[in-house]
Amino acid sequence: MNGVPVSVEEGMTVLEAARFLGFPIPTLCHMDGLTPYGACRLCVVEIGEGEKAKLVSSCTYPVEEGLHLRTASSRVIKARKMILELLLASCPQSKTIQDLASAHAINQQRFRQEHEDCILCGRCVRMCEEQMAAKAIGFRGRGEKRSLGTPFDKNSEVCRQCGGCIYVCPACELRCTYTTPEQVICGGCQNISPPCIEKETFDDMMCYMAPCVACEIKKD
Amino acid sequence: MEQLRSIHEFGQFQERLRAERNVTMSTLVIPAGTCGQASGANGLVRIAKRELLGRKLTDRIQLRITGCHGFCEMEPSVLIEPRGTFYPKVDLSGMVRIIDAVARNQVIQDLLLVDSVSGTAIERQADIPFFKKQARALLSKNEKVDPIRIHDYIENRGYASMARVLAEMKPEQVVEEVKASGLRGRGGAGFPTGSKWEMLAKQPNHRDKFIICNADEGDPGAYMDRSVLEGNPHCIIEGMIIGAYATGATRGVLYVRNEYPLAIKHLIIALRQARELGLLGHQILGTDFSFDMDLVRGAGAFVCGEETALIRSIEGKMGEPHQRPPYPVQRGIDGKPTLVNNVETWANIPLLFELGAEKFTQVGSKKNAGTKIFSLVGKIKNTGLVEVPMGMTIGEIVYGIGGGPSTSAPIKAVQTGGPSGGCIPASKFDLPIDYESLKESGSIMGSGGMIVMDENTCMIDVAKYFMKFLKDESCGKCFTCRKGTQRMYEILDDIAMGRGTPVQLDLLEELASIVKDTTMCGLGQTASNPVLSTLRYFREEYLEHIEHHRCPAHVCKALITYSVNEKCTGCGLCRRSCPSEAITGEKKKPHQIDTSKCTKCDVCRSVCKFDAVTVV
Repeated sequence: MNGVPVSVEEGMTVLEAARFLGFPIPTLCHMDGLTPYGACRLCVVEIGEGEKAKLVSSCTYPVEEGLHLRTASSRVIKARKMILELLLASCPQSKTIQDLASAHAINQQRFRQEHEDCILCGRCVRMCEEQMAAKAIGFRGRGEKRSLGTPFDKNSEVCRQCGGCIYVCPACELRCTYTTPEQVICGGCQNISPPCIEKETFDDMMCYMAPCVACEIKKD
Repeated sequence: MEQLRSIHEFGQFQERLRAERNVTMSTLVIPAGTCGQASGANGLVRIAKRELLGRKLTDRIQLRITGCHGFCEMEPSVLIEPRGTFYPKVDLSGMVRIIDAVARNQVIQDLLLVDSVSGTAIERQADIPFFKKQARALLSKNEKVDPIRIHDYIENRGYASMARVLAEMKPEQVVEEVKASGLRGRGGAGFPTGSKWEMLAKQPNHRDKFIICNADEGDPGAYMDRSVLEGNPHCIIEGMIIGAYATGATRGVLYVRNEYPLAIKHLIIALRQARELGLLGHQILGTDFSFDMDLVRGAGAFVCGEETALIRSIEGKMGEPHQRPPYPVQRGIDGKPTLVNNVETWANIPLLFELGAEKFTQVGSKKNAGTKIFSLVGKIKNTGLVEVPMGMTIGEIVYGIGGGPSTSAPIKAVQTGGPSGGCIPASKFDLPIDYESLKESGSIMGSGGMIVMDENTCMIDVAKYFMKFLKDESCGKCFTCRKGTQRMYEILDDIAMGRGTPVQLDLLEELASIVKDTTMCGLGQTASNPVLSTLRYFREEYLEHIEHHRCPAHVCKALITYSVNEKCTGCGLCRRSCPSEAITGEKKKPHQIDTSKCTKCDVCRSVCKFDAVTVV
């Protein structure tokens, strides 16, 4: 791993091995106690050599004898940055995503801004099924139309209102709603170049936070 | 039908059918696959039956209704055996004339195909350039076989390969033969079939093992598998029985997409007939070998063509791919060892054992043995299915077999591999068709779709079309694929509407390469290919759209304007045809188009007889 010869227990995933050995790998849809899913693609690492090198999600890839991998090669870093940029473009109000973005020095977002509540990471589904043994919610639809909910959107008979799904959700957990610089939790929004500054590119933009922090800073 | 209880009995049965066949009697062969039926083959069949029965010709002329022969451009067509006369685009009155002529052993000259190059009529199918240059190892069987009559198949050496394998070869020898032939998977990735079979054979035998036929052909414009499924279902069944014997599989699954009702119907009939004769099921032909298969229908998802998603679909779950390793050969349906092969791969197996591995390698090129069926469609004269030896150049297929462009506009590029593939510009038409060359030039072989594009095709429009398809068909699990395809489509749409910026072009390229890198399954990994290959070879078109707000091919509606030029005679035809009432003008005076009302539907230009509508 990263040029260092290591040996771990059989049956571990690459992510578990990396965490055990102290190599940091960011994750979003992964949670200890839930089966790995591999949806967010943030945990990708590079395996193989030369032409056969490819990126795989470390949370689902089992460790193998003789595996060579790199957790922070330039290809991996580029991928993580783009994924975070895409996440910010969809779900900017999530503190978890903001923290991850500022930790990776993301300071631009070049896509049309959306404000979705869900990144379809599946943590809530797995929480409900595996930890709470209720299986009340699940995925429906395909591609763009993929969504989360109860069967036929009817009130669930098996849901026990435990709140587990809300607890594990990275999009709505501790949603940062502060708009003044002193009160912001992570400082991530100070690092993002807000779309209003780049009005020429997208002019059907709406700023989500009002008054916007960047505007406040600019005033000085 | 009596069940055949031994290989010897089967051999005798086959011999008897072959001896009883009357090879000299004239036969009307009418291709009636889905495309044939859509163009009117059913009408021809009806007339044939009426004439043959009504005029009491049934002892002199036979009728054989088959699947698709491949020359779709000329359907509904009729082939006369044994002479080999080919009649294209036959209408109902023509059919009556043809039957009359066949009864008198004559040929109707004015109904024959006229060669566009020489201008002369060609009688025999074998002399027609479209057919002559192909190597029709699989498609030729479609001409000889009525898919719902197993006797036709057996008469044409059907199931003989299976009988020989069961009687004379051990399972390990079968695997070795497939390995020696160099047959590669025809589903698109080109993985060596023999190695895959070896992997399944090595899995422990104490529990169920599955083999699957992937008939979920989802690529838009690809219908090669459909022609084999509809026209010759038994060759797939035979191939799978041989495969099961070689690998120790206990059960087979035919996964067919629900959008192929005729294929499903023919497969169900074929399976039933094979079981009745004792060729499938318990103790096949009296040996200890038992094997049977089920038909599972798809539910309308392109992603279910991916093998892990396909397996989940068979299990009854949502079609979502999952990480490999573990590979299906280790853990497949219900966690049991499973092998997935494409329809065309299975169809090649009986042929392989008929010829023997060595002869099989003699067709095709080094490391790419055998033939491949392509669906040649788009702006080409001879649209249809073509079967060519691997290694034939693209130019030979497009011009030699396809007959060149269908309009006066020259051919610009060819798209191979459907939405997962890329385009290859005309300057590279001397490339041979094989897995490696196509990959190097930025495309893939894919399942065999070949879409021909001319100067009037906008490459941004093409990239946008494929991206829309992939965006709708992505399963949505991986964030990069779901959002990536959405955002790439957004950017392509912006460019097509004239809102694109140079920043977006760089962003598109960056995003495309990251989606390719990070997504888990083949759909996402190849989703960027249409974008990356059009950027590689046709970057100037992108720049024209972005910098000059022009669409050189006059396709992107937001960037083109229709106007009337000086050739207008004031006939008023366009004015009357315009659905938006955007054209005004007096009789015999030049007309004008109100661009604010114009929807760029192109009706005016297509009805104008004086070439008076200009598009810029």
